[in-house]
Amino acid sequence: MSAASLAPSIGAPPVRAKRVLPGFGLTMGCTMLYLGIIVLLPLAALLLKAGEVGPARFWQIISSPRAVAAFQITFAAAAIATVINAFYGLLMAWILVRYRFPGRRLLDALMDIPFALPTAVAGLALTALYASNGWFGTVLEPAGIKIVYTIFGVALAMAFTSVPFVVRTVQPVLEDLDPQIEQASATLGAYPFTIFRRVVFPVIFPAYLSGCALAFARSLGEFGAVVFIAGNIPFQTEIAALLVYIRLEEFDYPAASAIAAVLLLSAFVILLATNIVQARLLRYKVRSA
Amino acid sequence: MIGTTSTAPADAHHIPRALVPRLLIGLGIISTALFIVTPLAVIFAQAFSHGVDVYMANILAPDTLHAIYLTILVTVIVVPVNIAFGIAAAWAITKFDFRGKKLLLTLIEIPFSISPIVAGVTYILLYGAQGLLGPWLIGMELRIMFALPGIVLVTLFVTSPFVVRELVPLMQVQGSEQEEAAVTLGASGWQIFARVTLPNIRWALLYGAVLCSARAIGEFGAVSVVSGNIRGQTNTLPLQVELLYHDYNTVGAFAAASTLTLIAIIALFAKVAIEYRLGDQRAHA
Repeated sequence: MSAASLAPSIGAPPVRAKRVLPGFGLTMGCTMLYLGIIVLLPLAALLLKAGEVGPARFWQIISSPRAVAAFQITFAAAAIATVINAFYGLLMAWILVRYRFPGRRLLDALMDIPFALPTAVAGLALTALYASNGWFGTVLEPAGIKIVYTIFGVALAMAFTSVPFVVRTVQPVLEDLDPQIEQASATLGAYPFTIFRRVVFPVIFPAYLSGCALAFARSLGEFGAVVFIAGNIPFQTEIAALLVYIRLEEFDYPAASAIAAVLLLSAFVILLATNIVQARLLRYKVRSA
Repeated sequence: MIGTTSTAPADAHHIPRALVPRLLIGLGIISTALFIVTPLAVIFAQAFSHGVDVYMANILAPDTLHAIYLTILVTVIVVPVNIAFGIAAAWAITKFDFRGKKLLLTLIEIPFSISPIVAGVTYILLYGAQGLLGPWLIGMELRIMFALPGIVLVTLFVTSPFVVRELVPLMQVQGSEQEEAAVTLGASGWQIFARVTLPNIRWALLYGAVLCSARAIGEFGAVSVVSGNIRGQTNTLPLQVELLYHDYNTVGAFAAASTLTLIAIIALFAKVAIEYRLGDQRAHA
């Protein structure tokens, strides 16, 4: 690590011409053109259309009772889903990396099911499971726990579709962490939980945080899985993404673009905040190393 | 503690005897069974609940067959385009130094953090009748929304980061020495790519293509916004699942869903197999 960063100052390898390989113009041009047409142009259209609405009307749309309720439900359900994944994802990452047991590879592969499975299929399956006549519903509903057509159903669908984020961001960091450090703390008499809290957790925290933030951002925008299980009752289980869809079907483009713009900006703010926090944490880590 | 040596591969088949690991493993397996496996099981249970004949009749219904055809068509168009984009972007990013590289990487990843519904809305606001290019498109008599081009475009948007994301880290690790050696030996750009780079990245490329295909086949929200849900015309398979469900044809919906589930499981097997090869390659890198 230090050798590589010192090399240029020593000047051992001759200063390399920056563009030895051909194809910069072609690949860069194609990349920018494609990105511009497929990603940036549509995004610009959204921001422009949302801007055309005008600040007063924009505020009126996003502060209407139905929109506020939809935002509240979306954020609350996404928060519950993220808490579920914060526990489940950490548990799975830990056992998949640290223990060897029969079926571990299968379990590891299963972690990708929520990404591989189309969200509509996931929503359909979860609804069938938790409906009052479903496998789980028949057990839960007599006990007074109702999942389908409640905010918990929304949260469950969001949790399912965002499982891989936490597992897959924590896993590689845990793999890089030398078990000898934990063993050293064990020989010094630390209890397993203390070791985890004091030795392991600080190292995986930046990745863990970013995994949770990604899961939260994804949950905010989830649509396919949620619409099946939610029942979509305004003021109760109607999420923001669905409200956008409804406004589009009514050809109310200003409302659709305003609510969509809020969803878009929330996702950006979350990812930006995570990046800043992560950069701070990692800077600290480098300094202390 | 005696049994645990520091090298993980050495005790790869060692079953932990301590209580805490056993509890955690048990908890992990049970929660995964309830949380992830039962939804898969219920799809097949429901799809076959009225027997194999009804299942086949549902799959072979004309609208469902057309939805399967449309889904395959969209995937066959989208995946090669995004492979080409992925290679071009990864080449530009990993082989050259330029300002704003981080910004470019962030821009490439944008579609991952955007709600599929928002993605669909952006396309409506660009190409729809009331969109920015709407009047112009109507003048040209071009129909993009509520037709195949719209479905393809929005699927391109949603799946564009998958291949780049797999290629960039691998190509960064591999460096450019081999390609530079090829240049000094007089190879042309295409020769370098085909004979030096491509063999080095083929598994990562395939891996990205598998992930891209899985998403292209399964995309629901974004396609739902731009497709117009015209039966037998612009319904992809995930949309057909929803349509059948709302028609109270539950068995039909689950039959269509089981096809998608099967594709997802096959994609996962492919992913595990490729990862195995990729792991080998990274170990030798």
